[in-house]
Amino acid sequence: MDASITMTGFVALYVFMLAAFAGWVIIGHVPAILHTPLMSGSNFVHGIVVVGGLYALLNASTTQEQVIGFIAVLLGAGNAAGGFAVTQRMLAMFQTSDAKPMPHHLHGHVHAHAKVHHLKKR
Amino acid sequence: MFANLPQLIIGLADLAAAFLFLYGLQRMSSPATAPSGILVAGFGMVAAVLASFLYVFSVSAAARPHLAVNIGLALIALVVGGGLAWFSGKKVAMTAMPQMVALYNGMGGGAAGAIAAVELFGNKTQGATQLLVTLLGALIGAVSLSGSLIAWAKLDGVIKQPLRIKGQQAVNAVAMIAALAVGGMILVATLGGAPVLLATPTWIYVFFGLALLFGVLMTLPIGGADMPVVISIYNALTGLAVGLEGFVLQNPALMIAGMVVGAAGLLLTLLMAKAMNRSVANVVFTNFGDAPKQVQGAIKGSLRPVEASDAGIAMRYASKVIIVPGYGLAAAQAQQKLYEFVKLLQAAKVEVKFAIHPVAGRMPGQMDVLLAEAGVPYDLIFQLEDINDDFASTDVALVIGANDVVNPAARTEKSSPIFGMPILNADKAKQVYVVKRGEGKGYAGIQNALFYGDNCNMVYGDAQAVLVKMIEAVRGLGAAAA
Repeated sequence: MDASITMTGFVALYVFMLAAFAGWVIIGHVPAILHTPLMSGSNFVHGIVVVGGLYALLNASTTQEQVIGFIAVLLGAGNAAGGFAVTQRMLAMFQTSDAKPMPHHLHGHVHAHAKVHHLKKR
Repeated sequence: MFANLPQLIIGLADLAAAFLFLYGLQRMSSPATAPSGILVAGFGMVAAVLASFLYVFSVSAAARPHLAVNIGLALIALVVGGGLAWFSGKKVAMTAMPQMVALYNGMGGGAAGAIAAVELFGNKTQGATQLLVTLLGALIGAVSLSGSLIAWAKLDGVIKQPLRIKGQQAVNAVAMIAALAVGGMILVATLGGAPVLLATPTWIYVFFGLALLFGVLMTLPIGGADMPVVISIYNALTGLAVGLEGFVLQNPALMIAGMVVGAAGLLLTLLMAKAMNRSVANVVFTNFGDAPKQVQGAIKGSLRPVEASDAGIAMRYASKVIIVPGYGLAAAQAQQKLYEFVKLLQAAKVEVKFAIHPVAGRMPGQMDVLLAEAGVPYDLIFQLEDINDDFASTDVALVIGANDVVNPAARTEKSSPIFGMPILNADKAKQVYVVKRGEGKGYAGIQNALFYGDNCNMVYGDAQAVLVKMIEAVRGLGAAAA
């Protein structure tokens, strides 16, 4: 079985075109409330560049290539790890009225009211 | 068969990664499913990174003697780069998120540029198309790196003022044309032509230098309020650079991930530009974030200052309140106090909603994250188009730290620089309370007709201090009644 990939000219353009279209449609469905995590999340996705960096570094045969490849992996890994960490942190903050733990300094009916309000809205 | 196995595993892992990225982003269409979305995308990334170590089975003959060293370097780079970014990402304050995202984005652009540099210096590309795409990816990646770093410095306050020089646009154009010319020279020289003046590797250094310079020059003159657009543009550019280098390395996972991000960045750029009432061309090519110069007619009426405690009590006895938070709220670190006040109102059976303008913050959606961090449930947070009709049936609109985004001149004054910009219709509420530090103008440097309306009351003071007074006043009522 041949596992190697060769992409030239038009095949590459088709891949680019379909990916751009899919990205446009998928991102278009993300609500504005999530635009910051969306941006950091898409930032994380282009952190896949670290894979390209690894390829370049593992194939390095001169000191110059080793240095530049090392920089590529260093930056790419930072891009991916940082993008993931901040996106995960931000998304964990978005809670609905229902799931909210009760604040200790308020009376119980606050929570009940918030719940009713939430249900009425739906 | 077995010789092909590593290639097969790499191919499958990359395919899985590409799918999981798309699926993960698709799950971001709701705050409820989004956390699982980033998680599955993370699994894709880990799989792709682990699989790429299988490249050791297929390295070129020249690289084989260096393999042990290269693997060591790769592990060190992964641990150091990934580790530092991971811990900084876990620690960073939510208000500092825009500069952090700019920084990570610059790293991605730099990585793409570095990969291109390895290809160029090692003369590894095959044919004119690959070489051209490598150069293009190198250019875009380098611009994205230096531009994002300047954006980071500006957002972080390292660079405080937009720096402008005379003939800025001409200088920028010269830098760009020079970079393109050197790129063309490298192209010709690599394809067999004779290099002019300098040896080709030297020209490659010059090429990267010019590209980095252009990124710096392009970003330096940009004002703070245009940062949402700038970050979106660089996000798109890094994605594009990664996609192009993916083609050079014949790696479809990079091509797909890069292009998806490129499209996402472009979409957000257009959304932000629209919310600021500017065309993208205007944002990219002319004075970023310049305060517009214009003469405007005097606004009739006077400002009516009221006490914070009176404003708080008025809201306590209202039945519907909409809060319009702006960046001033975050600057005063008053989100927590605001939600504390909101919970008091809710306890008194007041219906409270938050109305968010698309450019409230230093990057798209930042205000939503800041409110979520303060504990505000997301079903209370509404975007402009979903809530604008509600103001007319609302008793009180509370504007905190926002100015231009509630200026009715955007609807009525043809001469106003913000005419046509979508605004929140806070002026349509029965009563409006504006919390403001002083009588200063908004970012656009124009008077706000809202403040002079018959239904408007000004509460002067630091947002944090004002909210403390409001909370005390409403608590006092409860104590008096009991």
